Amino acid sequence: MAYLLALAGNQNCGKTTLFNCLTGSNQHVGNFPGVTVEKKEGTILKQKDLTLVDLPGIYSLSPYTSEEVVTRDFLLKEHPRAIINIVDATNLERNLYLSLQLMELGIPIVIALNMMDEVLASGNVVDYDKLSKHLGVPVVPISASKNEGISELMQHVRQVVQLNTPPAKLDFCRGAVHRAIHSISHIIEDHALETGYPIRFAATKLVEGDEPMRMALRIHETDQHIIDHIVADMEKELGTDREAALADMRYNYIEEICKTCVIKHQESREQIRSEKIDRILTHKIWGIPLFLGIMLLVFWLTFTVIGAPLQDLLENVIEAVTDLLSQALAATHVSPWLQALLTDGVFAGVGSVLSFMPIIVVLFFFLSLLEDSGYMARVAFVMDKLLRKIGLSGRSFVPMLIGFGCSVPAIMATRTLSSERDRKMTIILTPFMSCSAKLPIYGMITMAFFPQHGALVMISLYITGIVVAILSGLLLKTTLYRGNPMPFVMELPAYRLPSARSVLLHMWEKAKDFLHKAFTVIFLATIIIWFLQSYDWTFHMVENSADSILASIGSLIAPIFTPLGFHDWRASTALITGLTAKETVVSTLTVLSGASGSAELSSILSTIFTPLSAFSFLAFTILYMPCVAAFAASRRELGSIRSALGAAAYQTGAAYIAAFLIYQIGRLFL
Amino acid sequence: MTLDRLHPGGSGIIETVGGEGALRRRLLDMGLTPGTSICVRKVAPMGDPLELFLRGYVLTLRKDDAAKITLKEVVQ
Repeated sequence: MAYLLALAGNQNCGKTTLFNCLTGSNQHVGNFPGVTVEKKEGTILKQKDLTLVDLPGIYSLSPYTSEEVVTRDFLLKEHPRAIINIVDATNLERNLYLSLQLMELGIPIVIALNMMDEVLASGNVVDYDKLSKHLGVPVVPISASKNEGISELMQHVRQVVQLNTPPAKLDFCRGAVHRAIHSISHIIEDHALETGYPIRFAATKLVEGDEPMRMALRIHETDQHIIDHIVADMEKELGTDREAALADMRYNYIEEICKTCVIKHQESREQIRSEKIDRILTHKIWGIPLFLGIMLLVFWLTFTVIGAPLQDLLENVIEAVTDLLSQALAATHVSPWLQALLTDGVFAGVGSVLSFMPIIVVLFFFLSLLEDSGYMARVAFVMDKLLRKIGLSGRSFVPMLIGFGCSVPAIMATRTLSSERDRKMTIILTPFMSCSAKLPIYGMITMAFFPQHGALVMISLYITGIVVAILSGLLLKTTLYRGNPMPFVMELPAYRLPSARSVLLHMWEKAKDFLHKAFTVIFLATIIIWFLQSYDWTFHMVENSADSILASIGSLIAPIFTPLGFHDWRASTALITGLTAKETVVSTLTVLSGASGSAELSSILSTIFTPLSAFSFLAFTILYMPCVAAFAASRRELGSIRSALGAAAYQTGAAYIAAFLIYQIGRLFL
Repeated sequence: MTLDRLHPGGSGIIETVGGEGALRRRLLDMGLTPGTSICVRKVAPMGDPLELFLRGYVLTLRKDDAAKITLKEVVQ
């Protein structure tokens, strides 16, 4: 018989490290249905009958954030056989707050007391036997990063799975709260049995005033009146409100057991070290320059030092393989269209996308170092004030910054944002940060039209992107994402050395993700574009791409761009091919104009554009929907093709409006 | 006195937790319950948010939100 297990715990308590320890690389990453909250699943090593689901890192089972809601729904509806609750032993009070709520679910539970090595090394003590007696569930000391205590943990898990032993103790309360919970338990007993919810958990949530729970239990109005009355009596007796009363009850109980189980002489070595590191990294004056310096270093290392040579190498390999293939195909006398499809369509298309791989892998190596070490939380702390005005928190700064390099990893990096709302908004806004693939387009246009003012044009384009992102943030904040942003009440975890296993697995996961995209969405898109570019409407291959289907579509949509100042079919065609990769705009314009050198290209471009319409074309190019690779990433992270199409439509609309304003207002002055 | 007006290095004991909905619940869940002692360790470079220390861990909170928490027995 196969069993489903759930792994639950706070953020920053080593949950991912433990998950990796337990499952190795047997992981499947997806999303919880309907939300962009990551769901990782894996089979436990050497225990094929146990499947473990990694739940999002949360601090409570309140009904407010989507992370908390999916965790609740999963635990209540999927009925896992047992919960492994990982708890940070250096920070026991706050971690046990979630444990007490998990125990109320009545599901067998084992507490994995992580970072026990740090507790001992600092000369502190956590008496886990005593803790286990007080809580009524097994407590196993482990160190996930050192792989210690894992087999003992699994022995206990195996035992509760086999015996199906629920937590032995549920009453952590006394006095007024105790009476309220018990009275309400009696009232809702039938409802809970009928709907399959654990009585104790349901009763506690009703005392807290939990709306989703009240709806789920289908409580009658008369019963609801009695419940309200009981709660009102409790509030009156305690002189506090229902939510505070329960939080207080849990923390009081935890403080009591910590008094008997924990001997803490001093803060742990890691905490003391963190305070010292933060004296520099979040320094009043040096904090921001250091952050920008670190990001600059990561960029330089990724895009110049390591990424670029690897990318060149990979491009050469792909080219060599393509050559080899085309020779082989020519020798076997395969029909020319198939040869062209394979070499010009498949290999050229997927090859150009694959060459992004080194950059993605290297970038995520550095990003997971920054994330796992605890530095990203400091970035949020330092940059929060800047992003708050557009309805985001400091956490979104890093993906946006990566967006200046490449939107694909930037969108992929949003997954570590802890609020779903922030994640979605960041995914929509990030492509407005002008990525490096657009540089060749700037180069081409500035050479032709603004040879003296190249830098000025480029800076103004970057600023255009940022301004549009800010305006979009303000717009989204007041329309689509009007709901309350997740409160910025964030833990600053102690700095820790990231484990090599976690960093490597993270890199591997991102690489796999990208490869998957490259061979599905991107593959299909490049073949379609290749086909449109190589065939005419009678499905004959064309010699000159000016006769292709693509060119006629380009001519068809060209009038749409007349208000933006450019109505030449070559410009609109280039915008379509630019969807495969933005730098393709350059090659398409070159091919379609029939230019044989950069000087000739410049002179032909000046027949297509005026300087003003060239600038408006550039503005449109940086803002309109990102390339298919970025689109595929945003589809993956937003969780549905509809949302991704919506985002793309929004970006293209914003591009149109911005270019329109630039051209029409510019015309008044020029 | 409210938490946002505490200078770095200052400390106090939480008296009441205001705010509503998700924010208030989050504050309570993170252990900012009445009677808890709390100190301000630092202010972010741009003057906001605050870095706080309570229940053996470090938390960051915006000043607007900290203004909803009142303190007693304040030591500046």
